[in-house]
Amino acid sequence: MFVSYKWLQDYVDLSGISPEELAEKITRSGIEVEGIEVSGKGIENVVIGHVLSCEKHPEADKLNICSVDVGEEEPVQIICGAANVGKDQKVAVAKVGAVLPGNFKIKKAKLRGEASNGMICSLQELGVEGKLVPKEFAEGIYNFPKEAVVGEDAIEALALNDSILELGLTPNRADAMSMLGVAYEVGAILDRKVQLPELDYSQSEGRASDRVTIEVEAEKENPIYLAKVIENVKIGPSPQWMQSRLTAAGIRPHNNVVDITNYVLLEYGQPLHAFDLDQVKTNKIVVRLAKENEKIETLDDAVRELKPHHLVITNGEEPVAIAGVMGGANSEVSGETTNVLLESAYFAPASVRQTSKDHGLRSEASSRFEKGVDPKRVELAAERAAQLLSLYADGDVLSGTVGTDKMDKTEKQLSITLEKINRVLGMKLTVDEVLDLFRRLQIEAAADQSTIHVSAPTRRGDLIIEEDLIEEVARLYGYDHIPMTLPVHETKPGGLSARQQKRRLIRQVLEGAGLMQAVTYSLTNDQKAKEFALDVREPVKLMMPMSEERSNLRLSIVPQLLESVSYNLARQQDRIAFYETGSVFLEESSSELPREDEHLAGAVTGLWHSHAWQGEKKPVDFYAVKGVLDLLWERLGVIEDIRYEQSREEHLHPGRTAAIYLKDEKIGYIGQVHPSKQKELDLKETYVFEVKLESVYTYETAPLHYSAIPRFPSIVRDIALVVNSEVLGGDLERIIKHAGGSLLKSVKLFDLYQGEHMEKGKKSLAFSLIYMDPARTLTDEEVVKAHEKVLHAVKEQAGAELRG
Amino acid sequence: MEERLKQLKQEATAQVEEAVDLKQLNDVRVAYLGKKGPITEVLKGMGKLSAEERPKMGALANEVRDDITKSIEAKQQLLEKAEIEKKLAEESIDVTLPGRPVNSGTHHPLTSVIEDIEDLFISMGYTVEEGPEVEKDYYNFEALNLPKGHPARDMQDSFYITEDILLRTHTSPVQARTMERHQGKGPVKIICPGKVYRRDNDDATHSHQFMQIEGLVVDENIRMSDLKGTLNTFAKKMFGEDREIRLRPSFFPFTEPSVEMDISCKICGGKGCSVCKGTGWIEILGAGMVHPNVLEMAGFDSKKYTGFAFGMGPERIAMLKYGIDDIRHYYANDQRFLTQFGQKEIK
Ligand SMILES: [Zn+2]
Repeated sequence: MFVSYKWLQDYVDLSGISPEELAEKITRSGIEVEGIEVSGKGIENVVIGHVLSCEKHPEADKLNICSVDVGEEEPVQIICGAANVGKDQKVAVAKVGAVLPGNFKIKKAKLRGEASNGMICSLQELGVEGKLVPKEFAEGIYNFPKEAVVGEDAIEALALNDSILELGLTPNRADAMSMLGVAYEVGAILDRKVQLPELDYSQSEGRASDRVTIEVEAEKENPIYLAKVIENVKIGPSPQWMQSRLTAAGIRPHNNVVDITNYVLLEYGQPLHAFDLDQVKTNKIVVRLAKENEKIETLDDAVRELKPHHLVITNGEEPVAIAGVMGGANSEVSGETTNVLLESAYFAPASVRQTSKDHGLRSEASSRFEKGVDPKRVELAAERAAQLLSLYADGDVLSGTVGTDKMDKTEKQLSITLEKINRVLGMKLTVDEVLDLFRRLQIEAAADQSTIHVSAPTRRGDLIIEEDLIEEVARLYGYDHIPMTLPVHETKPGGLSARQQKRRLIRQVLEGAGLMQAVTYSLTNDQKAKEFALDVREPVKLMMPMSEERSNLRLSIVPQLLESVSYNLARQQDRIAFYETGSVFLEESSSELPREDEHLAGAVTGLWHSHAWQGEKKPVDFYAVKGVLDLLWERLGVIEDIRYEQSREEHLHPGRTAAIYLKDEKIGYIGQVHPSKQKELDLKETYVFEVKLESVYTYETAPLHYSAIPRFPSIVRDIALVVNSEVLGGDLERIIKHAGGSLLKSVKLFDLYQGEHMEKGKKSLAFSLIYMDPARTLTDEEVVKAHEKVLHAVKEQAGAELRG
Repeated sequence: MEERLKQLKQEATAQVEEAVDLKQLNDVRVAYLGKKGPITEVLKGMGKLSAEERPKMGALANEVRDDITKSIEAKQQLLEKAEIEKKLAEESIDVTLPGRPVNSGTHHPLTSVIEDIEDLFISMGYTVEEGPEVEKDYYNFEALNLPKGHPARDMQDSFYITEDILLRTHTSPVQARTMERHQGKGPVKIICPGKVYRRDNDDATHSHQFMQIEGLVVDENIRMSDLKGTLNTFAKKMFGEDREIRLRPSFFPFTEPSVEMDISCKICGGKGCSVCKGTGWIEILGAGMVHPNVLEMAGFDSKKYTGFAFGMGPERIAMLKYGIDDIRHYYANDQRFLTQFGQKEIK
């Protein structure tokens, strides 16, 4: 809503309050003023001129030599290129020395040999938005109405020096979608009186009810429909002040009749519609729901198909308007219109909202009906428009109003105790203070001891419950006056749940290990949503996605991380290491919420370690990433039950991928992205992992317990085992551990060899075994015995021979 | 003989002086003190001396031997020290060259902001609650006083999956669910961070996915002044002790009264600048007293219980804190962006 500071003064005395001060006060007490605009700011030396003569330039077809009276002793000669300039027009003249928007300085000039001492201006040149310039002047200079006074400041006459406050209205404050509503608000803030328009005007003798009949068949959708009839109107431009006010409010002036309906819409917040009564043809209005397959051509020249839930205004035969949304082309007011039927109605908000949504039409009218107009203003607005039509369109207003009004306009009665107000706000207001605030709001209120009874006016449809009254008190009294306290109640310790603490630990460990936290989108395209998924199934899809790229909920985090990897590769990053924790979405049944599993994923490529000037450069490999995960398992206390198994996963390298098991459950994978997938995504050798965190979170870790530091020496035995290439190191290690019994404290692989000194198809794995007993020194015999068992076991179970 | 010994001492001392390395020094030692050395030779001639002179000469010879030994030892220490110095000089390195880098990742800036806020409220007795990102219409809207057809639903166009299931448009459904779990018994004191989704085209200030963090306190006798005091504590801890707050009336369907909180602009100190659009204040969050309908729907008696709630966008907070100018940076995961947030801010 755009509010003209000048216009507002018609209703409230703003003396002593600058536009900026007013904006600040409005913002602080309820409605955010998002900006103050003065479209003609700083423009001087532009006056109203009278074109005395206008001749074609002898040397240039498109130029005119105009002699213009600008209220000075001598007329000035101005060369004007506008096609619509003509003798006897009242125009805006930028005199020599004027500066127009865009720092455009007007200087003396010579155009094809003829002197030009100024410029005749279009409204655009004076800072008016093109879409708000009346159509007839959109392509050329502007003409003032005939009564404009020569020599007067044009900016003043156009009210372009007015300050326009842009109000950001929240959905509850529909009351402020009118100048009167804003006036009540400002009156309350400043504690000043609100002056309502006087509605005196003379009516002609004929009765409107003799001229037209109104029938409302859909009372639920249309509880109030009132019409007035104005005859013998003279279509023409509306007065300059009215045009300026419409322009300031963002509405383009058309002609006096249309402008007046728009003016009253802005003033009262009540949308009106003017029909050309002769074009309605039947002298009859029937309001009803549309019929199946019914059509209407609207004012914007579009043919619209109607549905049976759309409310339409008809002439008894065919629709002449979509109720509350847009008028029909067939009954539009035109230059030839003489008799006008003026509609003022209350259309049910839900009905208008649905209809305007269906047709994709949101107008000044529909946006007000949608929020519910003030039923008490329906008739007042009709009277106001009739008055203006008689004044500015020379119309004869037939006496009386035709139509039906079935709406209950009783004011809602609310009661609240002072104690409650003070308890909720944490303040110490008195009954008198509260009553005074309601007096300023022009809301009837009375106190019965400490209970305050309030009669909520129909213009304030947002006042429904006690808390709404508390808000009125608080906002007008001022939030600055509310003290600052902290809740007084039994305090319990706050904290993070175990799951939240583990999540933070995961971040700490992975970041400590060199991975950077990424955050990617949950929505992705159909293909990416499914790729790399641990649970392969159809992804959850949006009903109406904004784009295919964001249409499915992810089943895996890896594809989006790979996208981030590509993005960084393309930006010359030589080491990329990401992890992310977040939800993946698994549909269980279409009527229930999908299951949301928290996953941890990572993607690493490029240099794992580099120290360039010392010539150290180590690209990432499988074991680097596995090492990071192992550190994580250790810190989370689950490592004892973690197992890796050679595995095949879609889009992963078949020979470099492991499934990760926690106890017997597969919780994830780690592996190199399949070379063909790498190629597709423009990646180099890249390793990824994805893990379901649920089992990790719920795993019962053993409590930490100190074990004594060994006081007796340990004995180290190194063995190199030759096995077939297919034998897995992890299996050998397990066999050794199992066979070594309680004395074997640790087994560590320290060498892997396969190559020319080895028989084909064989490899050698060297392990370092540590034997120890915490309670005593081991004897050689004991170690030999245990070690023999180990060697026996690896031979039996893995065909391992000691390397000679 | 005495002459000879003195001469030997002089010669030996001179040669010790001249020795430039340990080898030469050793040669001197062998030459004078060795078994075939001149002192031994001299001592062999002692037999010719009288019994009277013999001990005197013996003592002198020992003295000479000791003196030479001492001077050799002293010289040896000197030479050894020089040798070590030389060796260390050869071992010296350029200590200004870069150290071997230790790989280290970073928190995403949004995580840092969220964790800071979580920790601040945890210190005031809040717990952290989470909920599903795909929500029922009921929890996302209806339970929050946004029945179907409510005009305020337009404020946040949503991504629906079915008629009844959607991507949550705010973290408020977590509040509704938590209150419901409390079965009408206070206190509820929670902070709820998480991802939310709205139908917006991604540009510098809009993102179809973003973060939110909300707080909720419900108990008997929770006052609006408690909200103001809590927000004041938050603002000062988060943005600096010198910041002031102000509340402005606003509208949210789930709170009544509703307010927005501004903090004084740090850049201009309240005088007005481009960052605060000339107002001296910067909008930080929305808040209000929990709407009685919301309390009732979650099973709380609104006659007995009151509560306050507030909600904010970590993206915006991070933008203000770090001067980030484009919301898309948070989701592009450009390492050149992310690495800038490696430093832990400690106040
Ligand atoms: Zn500022």
